[in-house]
Amino acid sequence: MPRAPRRRRTPRRPKTNRVGLQQRDYRGKPSTLCKGCGHDAISSQLIRAFFESDVRPHRVAKLSGIGCSSKTPAYFLNQSHGFNAVHGRMPSVATGAVLANRDLIAVGVSGDGDTASIGMGQFVHLVRRNLPLIYIVENNGVYGLTKGQFSATADENARLRSGEVNRLPNIDLCGMAVELGATYVARSFAGDPKQLVALLRGALAHNGTAVIDILSPCVTFNNHPGSTKSYTWGKTNEEPIQLLDFVPAVDQIEVDYEEGTTQDIQLHDGSWVRLRKLGRDYDPTDRHDAENLLLEAQESGLFLTGLIYLNTKKRTLLDTLELCDEPLALLPEHELRPRSEVLDEVFGSYR
Amino acid sequence: MSNHPAVAEVAVPRRPAPGRIVNDLSIQVATVNGSGSQSSNLVLLRSLFGMGIPVGGKNLFPSNIAGLPTWFTIRANRDGWVGRKREVDILVALNPQTARSDVDELSPGRAVLYEEGLRLDRQRDDLVFYPAPFQKLAAEVVRETRLKKLLANMVYVGVLGELLSIEREEIYRAIERQFRRKKTAVRLNRQAVDLGAAYARENLPKRDAYAVAPMNENEGKILIDGNAAAALGSMFGGVSVATWYPITPSSSLVEQLEGFLKRHRKRDDGKATYAVVQAEDEIAAAGMAIAAGWAGARSMTATSGPGISLMSEFVGLAYYAEIPVVLWDIQRVGPSTGLPTRTAQGDLLSTYTLSHGDTKHPCLLPASTRECFEFGWKAFDLSERLQTPIFVLSDLDLGMNIWATDPFEYPDRPMDRGKVLSRADLRRLGGFRRYADVDGDAIPWRTLPGTDHPGAAYFTRGSGHDERAEYTESGEAYVRVMERLGRKFETARTLVPPPVISEADGRSPVGLIAFGTSDHPVEEARVRLRDLAAIEVDYLRLRALPFSPTVLDFITSHRRVVVVDQNRDGQLLQLLRSEFGERIPPGVLRSLRHFSGHPLTAATVVDFVTEMEIGAGPAAGSTASP
Repeated sequence: MPRAPRRRRTPRRPKTNRVGLQQRDYRGKPSTLCKGCGHDAISSQLIRAFFESDVRPHRVAKLSGIGCSSKTPAYFLNQSHGFNAVHGRMPSVATGAVLANRDLIAVGVSGDGDTASIGMGQFVHLVRRNLPLIYIVENNGVYGLTKGQFSATADENARLRSGEVNRLPNIDLCGMAVELGATYVARSFAGDPKQLVALLRGALAHNGTAVIDILSPCVTFNNHPGSTKSYTWGKTNEEPIQLLDFVPAVDQIEVDYEEGTTQDIQLHDGSWVRLRKLGRDYDPTDRHDAENLLLEAQESGLFLTGLIYLNTKKRTLLDTLELCDEPLALLPEHELRPRSEVLDEVFGSYR
Repeated sequence: MSNHPAVAEVAVPRRPAPGRIVNDLSIQVATVNGSGSQSSNLVLLRSLFGMGIPVGGKNLFPSNIAGLPTWFTIRANRDGWVGRKREVDILVALNPQTARSDVDELSPGRAVLYEEGLRLDRQRDDLVFYPAPFQKLAAEVVRETRLKKLLANMVYVGVLGELLSIEREEIYRAIERQFRRKKTAVRLNRQAVDLGAAYARENLPKRDAYAVAPMNENEGKILIDGNAAAALGSMFGGVSVATWYPITPSSSLVEQLEGFLKRHRKRDDGKATYAVVQAEDEIAAAGMAIAAGWAGARSMTATSGPGISLMSEFVGLAYYAEIPVVLWDIQRVGPSTGLPTRTAQGDLLSTYTLSHGDTKHPCLLPASTRECFEFGWKAFDLSERLQTPIFVLSDLDLGMNIWATDPFEYPDRPMDRGKVLSRADLRRLGGFRRYADVDGDAIPWRTLPGTDHPGAAYFTRGSGHDERAEYTESGEAYVRVMERLGRKFETARTLVPPPVISEADGRSPVGLIAFGTSDHPVEEARVRLRDLAAIEVDYLRLRALPFSPTVLDFITSHRRVVVVDQNRDGQLLQLLRSEFGERIPPGVLRSLRHFSGHPLTAATVVDFVTEMEIGAGPAAGSTASP
């Protein structure tokens, strides 16, 4: 007997972005990290940022090294190619991929062990070259996959659960990035999604190396009282240096703020970051300001977050190399292999 | 000629050579590095080349910028044998540090041209001595000390030209080629040559046997080093990303590549269709090249032994994740820093199986500048077809020394970009499995990042993965992937350049297997053995790993097979043994090992085979020849 059609409530249509995709189209495989891991919170904000910035996933290349953080590219943007390479070498892999195809939007995910120890050399030289890349450091102060050894970003006198105390000073990756000439340097917290999304969207709009050092607590090995990389520590100590809004190129900056309380900086793709001042009179386009701020944070043990440094003028590696506009990987044979007359000509020059 | 010096070198006791020896000599110029003698040496080499005489030049240099001894050797030989010769016939002694020992090493009857202040003529009475005041003569051309020193080098070219009857016009042409548009330099150097020649004519009556005469053997040929040839081959192979870290003897490969690319791969608007990046180390160079290959570029790096060691981990990733990339190893003497400016074939075993776990890589083994060019472009086709790292093992002797060659052959086929699925393919297929063997050749299909299709993306990783490129720790999936990689290597076996086999009549009991730069002395030795000792030696020249089946056929069809290695442990011999095992009858393989850092000589091969065939018993198997 035919049943009367059930009256259904029209479901709320999920939001679709300008390229016709829903946020779920930006998801990855289910995470295999520990429940509550800071890295998963960051993956979620990456998904949101790419969705909100209308990025077409096939244009993205996800690169990583080795470690818990480096596993995460599998957990966002399923429709993007990913490359989980060798320990500490994400920068070189990102460089090769972008050289081959400059149209790719490269996102590198690394950790504190992957970057500040084994990969320090590559980090330094990547930043120096200003490769267009979003370089995310998921920083928890410990080696997770090898079960909780201190990393080089662990704070001096920080304590492991076992009671072991770190006797060496930490390496400040933001400080190094500013010094080495990174063009977009930020610090954030996995527990501050609003700021993180704005920073990620700003990085997506930037042309050059964007280093975002994110405190990303390790719930298993470094989330205890006495840790300076725990959720509680982060929540208690986070001090944003500004309130950050990302304003896409397509939107108009409408809200008016009181003169002198905001700073708008236009990014490469025409969009803006609007910085609303909080207490400090801080200008992130001034490198000296940035270095002083980081020095102060280092000396006083402050957890200052936000956009630390921005330089929209510096040329990228692709400019330095004077690369043609099309991806090298897609050049046709006649552009790659000179004609036989060229071989004759070269041969003639040896006579 | 009845008095062939080759005969003298092998068997006959050495005496001052009577009569004239034409177009068969080796010249050694002994100087201090940094003294600017390289231009003069090249002028000398090019003059002989211009006279149509087969000629080759080898630079024996220290790992140093200035002040240490260096020797440049030129060999001219009417029969075309330009590999290293053990004997020096004409010594140009300009370095007080080494002059006495250099003179000591000469055989009777040889000639020494030297700066007269060194007074070498008192040292021996069985050589022909030609003293000349190079510095004083140079002072007649210029006053300035530095220029004077440089020109003194060109004075010896003039003296030697007169003594050996090198055509003056050819010397002038070589000078013009060397200094190109620098008119003053051309003028001064010509003057220096004229002065040297005049001095020799008036003061140095010819007393040695060596002379040159015009031939016509160099029609259409050029002089070029192997690294330049490799660079050209790479450019015509369509390289689009080259990453590197400086290391002798490979630096000049990428440096020259960049020079060629600047001239021939820039668009009219100055934009480059290539990227060359000097990386922070060889690890980064490998990472960049591999990722560029992953993203679809024709990518390469060039290095030498220490760099190969550093690239090891990345190469394992490229093998397991199946990423095309070309890696040139210009071999030098190891282990460690070893003798960084000397030649060897010591990386064969380590490169063939580079990285941890089960890995094996196709290796191309060029023996000439022509093959450097040919393998330069073919390596890209192979790497993209097979989706795996391809090594090209050259060496310092081939890479940095100067060789005469016929023109290179322009690639005879379009580029093979391998199995890449486009957006249109994916629309038709719906999706794909990255690591599935759908064609039965064990080579999977891939997509490039940036392909605009929701099914294009896959995740590349060095950790365990299945056919869908999904992470797995399943032992079964691991075994399936590794077995397929093993089968893919069998496909590689059918695609790499086959060996070149040269058999007299198929009946000789003696065979010889060699590769790379051993080819030149081996070919020379075969002729000498046939002419002098009536020993026919069949020859298989290996041009790639993995071995093709003909290699085993060659071994089993000979009673004794000499395997020539420029390394201590007989690495090629070991590979043959491990690959063919008991299919090689016992006692067949004999190992000729040469690893002093100098190129192998024909005399070493002749001695070894003569000893094996005529001597007291089978050769002991090891030779550490000078």
